[in-house]
Amino acid sequence: MSGKMADVVVGKDKCGEQRLVSLPLSRIRVIMKSSPEVSSINQEALVLTAKATELFVQYLATYSYRHGSGKEKKVLTYSDLANTAEESETFQFLTDILPKKILASKYLKMLKEEKREEDEENDNDNESDHDEAES
Amino acid sequence: MAERPEDLNLPNAVITRIIKEALPDGVNISKEARSAISRAASVFVLYATSCANNFAMKGKRKTLNATDVLSAMEEMEFQRFVTPLKEALEAYRREQKGKKEASEQKKKDKDKKTDSEEQDKSRDEDNDEDEERLEEEEQNEEEEVDN
Repeated sequence: MSGKMADVVVGKDKCGEQRLVSLPLSRIRVIMKSSPEVSSINQEALVLTAKATELFVQYLATYSYRHGSGKEKKVLTYSDLANTAEESETFQFLTDILPKKILASKYLKMLKEEKREEDEENDNDNESDHDEAES
Repeated sequence: MAERPEDLNLPNAVITRIIKEALPDGVNISKEARSAISRAASVFVLYATSCANNFAMKGKRKTLNATDVLSAMEEMEFQRFVTPLKEALEAYRREQKGKKEASEQKKKDKDKKTDSEEQDKSRDEDNDEDEERLEEEEQNEEEEVDN
């Protein structure tokens, strides 16, 4: 009976071994234990961390989408996430793993433009040779 | 345990499902965005674990418990998660209690079963105030099972 109540609260379906969290607890435990100072974790802490991770994924996705640029196109992009990491204080701990991609792409664009300029100069010299190298 | 770096990743299919459920219908998630969120989730686990561990150490405990994780959320400025997490914790405890009682009841006769169900109800209502006390009781049992 109390099991059924738990299902309603969490909004998951029956199937005997229903789960409060959809992320695999074993994997969450491995990640937690990869931290050297952690000696042991009780089951409740594990379940809560898994649940928190789910909430985090939802929050990061919705926050980035809402503040992102792809709303008209209905798409969530990497740069939306990188922007979130940069602009939101709460998500600041992610800046290292979500570096701003705009900088890199701008950089690439710059490189390309430089190259194109060079190419144009070279084209005047020997056209066919350079075309092969390009492709 | 974590022998390969992939062991620290969370399953992409599950992560994608969680993202899709959170966003409005019909929103696409770029491949890069998916893997970025997945990496972010792993980092979140590590960050939360490290914060929770600090609270456990302050309390001179070796085992991380539910209160440590909840305190970690506040510390990390994810206060908004605290209420849903407490609800999930209650649901989890009820589930565990249900399982325990179900196995005990197998051995008992049906008269006793209805008794314990009533007891169960009143205990559930007390849950909020007794949370911390309950936690300590349950923790002792679980430590042995877990490690």
